[in-house]
Amino acid sequence: MGALRFRARQVIGLAPEEWQAVRLSLEVATRSVLVSLVPAVGIAWLLARGRFPGRMFLDALVHLPLVVPPVVVGWALLMLFGIRGPIGAPLHDWFGIRLVFTTEGAALATAVMSFPLIVRAVRLGLENVDPGLEAAARTLGAGPLDRFLTVTLPLMSPGILAGAVTAFAAGLGEFGAVITFASNIPGETQTLPLAIYSATQTPGGEAVAARLAAISFALAVAGLLLAELIARRMYLLLGRA
Amino acid sequence: MIELSLQHRFGAPGWRASGRDEGFALDARIDAPGEGVTALFGPSGCGKTTVLSAVAGLLRPQQGRVVLDGTPLLDTARGICVAPERRRCAVVFQDARLFPHLSVETNLRYGLRRAPAESGGPSFDEVVALLGIAHLLGRRPAALSGGERQRVALGRALLARPRLLLMDEPLAALDAPRRAEVLPFLGRLRAAARLPILYVTHALDEVDALADHLVLMQEGRVVASGPVEALSARTDLPLAARRDAGVLLSCTVIESGPEGLTRLGFDGGTLVATIHPGAPGTRLRVRLRARDISVATEEPRGISMRNVLPVTLAEIRPAPEPAEAFLRLDAGPTPLLARVTRDSVARLGLYPGMRLWALVKAVTLDHRAAGPS
Repeated sequence: MGALRFRARQVIGLAPEEWQAVRLSLEVATRSVLVSLVPAVGIAWLLARGRFPGRMFLDALVHLPLVVPPVVVGWALLMLFGIRGPIGAPLHDWFGIRLVFTTEGAALATAVMSFPLIVRAVRLGLENVDPGLEAAARTLGAGPLDRFLTVTLPLMSPGILAGAVTAFAAGLGEFGAVITFASNIPGETQTLPLAIYSATQTPGGEAVAARLAAISFALAVAGLLLAELIARRMYLLLGRA
Repeated sequence: MIELSLQHRFGAPGWRASGRDEGFALDARIDAPGEGVTALFGPSGCGKTTVLSAVAGLLRPQQGRVVLDGTPLLDTARGICVAPERRRCAVVFQDARLFPHLSVETNLRYGLRRAPAESGGPSFDEVVALLGIAHLLGRRPAALSGGERQRVALGRALLARPRLLLMDEPLAALDAPRRAEVLPFLGRLRAAARLPILYVTHALDEVDALADHLVLMQEGRVVASGPVEALSARTDLPLAARRDAGVLLSCTVIESGPEGLTRLGFDGGTLVATIHPGAPGTRLRVRLRARDISVATEEPRGISMRNVLPVTLAEIRPAPEPAEAFLRLDAGPTPLLARVTRDSVARLGLYPGMRLWALVKAVTLDHRAAGPS
């Protein structure tokens, strides 16, 4: 495995620290998706089906990272999850968890930034589910959780998968929030875009920046194609091609 | 026994726009027998589907009571509203609503798996055989035709072991050939199910083929209810305004004679017809359309009509068309309806109590379906 990875790195012609940035990006993006998937399904459900005061407010809050500068999101996270922050302090004091300047922190910042993307895709998937089918499941004796697991969830799964892949692809490239909240530490929080940024700031780093940019580009395109492919395959499977 | 009493107003505050006219109000009281098919019949928008949804629990009426065999499913006055998943009222929807991600077999077993263990009813294999869907079990719903889809939906509902089967215009979305394909299966299901069925429709031929009991609805209200045969003989109902108005007769095949003619016996005489419903003893219902019956004051001779029934004119009633009149004719204990011109009534000097001959062409009798056994 180690040898294989070494060879892959050599083929693309990457230095160990460059390869590290690629791996870290993949790790951060994966973690961010894993963290946000379940809450995103919950929030999407509330937004699509919920009838409660403040639904518009929740909708706006979820979409905030799309419009607020990423640096501001990173700053807000720093305020909340910093060691002296209202959430960060108890996390650190009681559980010994520190998020700032860590890989976990980078994943959190990425998750917050890509959260609206997942929620939107999941919500779209949910809105494609015919409520008549859920009503049919009800009359056949299925309770709320039963119907959700056997009818709603499978039928909205194309949306969930598409959202996850899109968020993953976008998460590979998150810059502002990560550098603000988690800083730019090689091997710890220096993901692809941060490494590219550092390379451009280093004299003679143009070649490194170009290589990393090409990889970044390839990963993003592959992610989007994969999302499209999965969605199509799923709809075919669900008989709604 | 199903007792229903529902009041519901659409477009009232607190209700989202439902596509209906502002202020559509439902105020219906229905008592349906605990067995056989009760048809809710009426034009689109008369509230029959709303009644069905309220029984299923998919719509909560503002006021109402739904009692099934003594068990209250809904009683707004006492704050009772049993969740649809615990009512055990399976629904066959107009659009089948099969789960697209599950195979036909998994669809069929969906309700069965969730039915109480002690509930009785036809087995999986029996239902599959009854509906002729054994060859479809491995397919996805998307690979089925409209008629096949509806047959699977019937099986799925029946296999949920319901206490009451609700059908919401199950044939309305199908074209004529598909309807003809599914209708016999509905008849077989009705005979095999041994549970009450509430059947919503706006097609009279489905009523003729399946219903034992008829509830006529119009503009959110129940206009009349009773046995189908009895209601078909009344001239004061909206049914009489239809071109195919006429008495529904329960008949038995007496013999299939030579020349391809079938003799049908009913309570009050016999009819010769060109239909072939089955072997002697087969029970069926035929609709004797009022416009297909003429009358004569003397026994006619030298005519082609095969059916000349001695009858007594019981009543002359106005028809919706001013130039026409309904004659209620008693053939023994069975009432018949004839639709004639007012001019004929005057010309022949017809009066109640008069002895007449009712003439019915053998070729006008349509085969509907097996009557209630």
